[in-house]
Amino acid sequence: MWNLSFCIGSSAAGARTYTATASQGLLYMMEAVYNASGLGLPIVMTLGNRAIGAPINIWNDHSDAMSVRDAGWIQLFVESNQQAVDVHNQAFKLAEALSLPVMVNMDGFILTHAITRVDLPEQELVDQFLPSFVPRQKLDTHSPLSIGAMVGPDAFTEVRYLAHHKQKEALTIIEQQAEEFAQMFGRDSGGLVKSYFTEDADIVFVAMGSVVGTLQDLINDLRSEGYSVGILSLRSFRPFPANAICNVLKNVKQVIVFEKSFAVGMGGILASEIHMATQRYADIQDMKISSVIGGLGGRTITKKSLRKIVEHAKNGQLDSEVFMDLEGSTVVRELKRQQHEQTSGPVAENILRDMGVVSASKTH
Amino acid sequence: MFQIRIHGRGGQGVVSASELLSVAAFEEGKYSQSFPSFGSERMGAPVQAFARISDKNITIREPVMNPDMLIIQDPTLFQAVNVFDGAKTDGYLLINSSKTVEQLGIDEISSQYPKNHVMILPATELAVKYIKQPKPNTVLLGAFAALSHMVKIPALENAIRGKFAKKIADPNIAATTAGYNFVMNYLQQKTQKQGA
Amino acid sequence: MTETEMSAQLISQQQTVKFYQTGTFTVGNRLLDKEFRTVQATQERSNSIDSGHRACQGCGQALGARYALDTAMRVTGDKIIAANATGCLEVFTTPYPETAWSIPWLHSLFGNVASVAAGISASLKAKGDNETRVIAQGGDGGTTDIGFACLSGLFDRNDDVLYICYDNGGYMNTGVQRSSATPGGARTSTTMPVGEHPGSSFNTGKYLPGIAMAHEIPYVATASVHDLHDLERKVEKAMSFRGARYLQINVPCPLGWGSEPSQTIKLARMGVESGLVPLFEAEYGELTNSTKIRYQIPVEDYLKSQRRFAHVLKPANVEQLETIRTLAEKNIRRYHLL
Ligand SMILES: Cc1ncc(C[n+]2csc(CCOP(=O)(O)OP(=O)(O)O)c2C)c(N)n1
Ligand code: SF4
Ligand SMILES: [Mg+2]
Repeated sequence: MWNLSFCIGSSAAGARTYTATASQGLLYMMEAVYNASGLGLPIVMTLGNRAIGAPINIWNDHSDAMSVRDAGWIQLFVESNQQAVDVHNQAFKLAEALSLPVMVNMDGFILTHAITRVDLPEQELVDQFLPSFVPRQKLDTHSPLSIGAMVGPDAFTEVRYLAHHKQKEALTIIEQQAEEFAQMFGRDSGGLVKSYFTEDADIVFVAMGSVVGTLQDLINDLRSEGYSVGILSLRSFRPFPANAICNVLKNVKQVIVFEKSFAVGMGGILASEIHMATQRYADIQDMKISSVIGGLGGRTITKKSLRKIVEHAKNGQLDSEVFMDLEGSTVVRELKRQQHEQTSGPVAENILRDMGVVSASKTH
Repeated sequence: MFQIRIHGRGGQGVVSASELLSVAAFEEGKYSQSFPSFGSERMGAPVQAFARISDKNITIREPVMNPDMLIIQDPTLFQAVNVFDGAKTDGYLLINSSKTVEQLGIDEISSQYPKNHVMILPATELAVKYIKQPKPNTVLLGAFAALSHMVKIPALENAIRGKFAKKIADPNIAATTAGYNFVMNYLQQKTQKQGA
Repeated sequence: MTETEMSAQLISQQQTVKFYQTGTFTVGNRLLDKEFRTVQATQERSNSIDSGHRACQGCGQALGARYALDTAMRVTGDKIIAANATGCLEVFTTPYPETAWSIPWLHSLFGNVASVAAGISASLKAKGDNETRVIAQGGDGGTTDIGFACLSGLFDRNDDVLYICYDNGGYMNTGVQRSSATPGGARTSTTMPVGEHPGSSFNTGKYLPGIAMAHEIPYVATASVHDLHDLERKVEKAMSFRGARYLQINVPCPLGWGSEPSQTIKLARMGVESGLVPLFEAEYGELTNSTKIRYQIPVEDYLKSQRRFAHVLKPANVEQLETIRTLAEKNIRRYHLL
């Protein structure tokens, strides 16, 4: 709350502004998140993606990022620490070109706490790529300006439409900037989507963030075993690059959307957006889309489990909705218990009680 | 790719050890990666850290499931966690203890490893001697270098200097060297004995 | 005499005895007549937090919380509900899949515990339960920073809640970041001892007991884990009031302070004896009692056993030391500690 509000003030007064947060901290600043994009402030914020409680959980998944998917920010995802370095440079350029805040999503712990080799771009080149910030509007005594005035029914629709339009403009700019970056620094980072081994692939994973690295490693193995599997890495989630996605997926028979969060009561968020894209933007028929949800609250995503998913897909046994590595016995026990009791109570606490945990009801 | 898993307890420098390993490998021009098993554990709780060393870019992000090198900083963990889970028995086993495999009750497992791939050394004692603290991590890094040849002592030294101020780095480098020498001497004696 | 009156009298007798319980000043519970022994010495004592929780060795907060809540249990006949902010206490008492709590306990968020507790209290009232009492508890970060607005609201509405803040001078749960209760000069991971002004800056931060007093709530007190009888007495006193009450307990943290786990009690005492941690009570905004310093010690003695202050004792930073000395003197004047 204070954190991003501080940034709102700083950015409105004309400074290039950056911050970082995660999980509960993001939710605590939720009002300010919407506010920053509405005010058109080019703030860059790293989100070290983590789960959201209750039950409290400090580990990695994408619940925090997904909770602000409608907040009007540009949301980029990085696969590796190198991309994190590179994409942050692009994020400022993008934010300032569009007057929009940009959120760079990097997997909490998995990337934020990893030690690994990165090439740091040279300062001179960075200065060339990203010239100093000249704000489009700022609080200035020489030309006083009011920022954040009320907009009523007579113009609110137009304001919202234009925000949507701006995000669509970003689709082009993100691609241009990634290209420019590649030319200057010789590295492929950023952009809307990135495909690995997708040409001629029968099965394609769609995923965001660091799991793409593990999938790459897996697919190296699988390719040598004769599987034809590819990955479509979504590097920009907002704006949602529907056309770029459809271009890659148009001839694929089976798509596995792997995501680290979901909308409770609905299912995979990314999966349904991919579904929407393939229908609305390209009218792709006979494509099977399976939604795989995994890595929730930091559950380890192993190559072994991902391989099983691929094997199931190959044999045509992959359901349309799969929770990877779900501990069946815990779930069955709890469901049974719920059948017997009229009011079911909080699930997390019930599971604890089932595990024989001493609860508050014990006597002493 | 060479994969390392370190088991220890919070406060023993497990995470620093994995970090130093990956930095040392990087110093030698290799690709490397390290990360801890994340948690909200306090001092004394079981913790793990992982490292990978490779000639190629490392993209995989899963924890090390099948370590080529298993480092046990605290043998009291044998009772608490299945430290051997998934360990490759053609790999290496490095344990901090002044006991023997029989006394530790791990003779069965250790006999599955190739000759000279299992090393037990009193790293805590050496640490107390050199750094005046019961932190066995840097001693074990030296032992790691001697046992696996995956990194060399100068690279470890640079990594330690990069992380700590001189006052802390110097004794830790001495500890690393002591760990290295301990293993080298042991291996030499063993080959001599076998030769005789 | 009712039972409560009797125990009140007993407690006040205990106060006149004023033995230290542990450390070099130990007289030892076993040497006292039975009725003067601490409640913790009996097997029938309350037990709010079970052993086996996951606090670090020598954690002052674990000790403070158990004594505070055990006392609250005793004086209410086990009729307490606790709400807990996110922080060390919450994490180390509920490691999945276990809990150390034997009282009804709720953890919601980092910054909302005062409001959650006020809600519990309102619910009890609505259901006609006048017996069960509510305790809100959290760390100094949860109290002085993120939970400040909720807490001020609780004071303002005078909701029937005892708020206990375990002050270890930093965000320990997340790796020792500075809070607005971090003492000036102290090293934290966000106030490193580098540059011209090493450690946490002076003239920043806030003193919540003073702010609580300014709200003129029924009862405000500070306590320390080296004097557990005093702590118990203050909790008991707090429970004798209705409305908003605030208790701040100074709890050494070996991890964050860089101190030896075995020195926790001694360190807590030295904080008080140096004048840096004033112990007092206030009712409706007015100071009613302060604990006199028994053997005044120089602040250096307190600082030197904590690595977070190591730089302060270097000759180059003598100005910082002087500032800390001035703070102790100010406390001594303001709270009449001598
Ligand atoms: C909104 C929000 N921001 C940050 C956090 C992370 N967090 C959890 S506990 C904590 C620090 C706790 O410090 P304090 O209240 O002083 O308690 P201590 O651990 O020191 O006892 C932080 C920053 C959170 N849980 N929620
Ligand atoms: S970090 Fe400090 S407050 Fe937290 S459990 Fe350890 S000693 Fe206690
Ligand atoms: Mg604290």
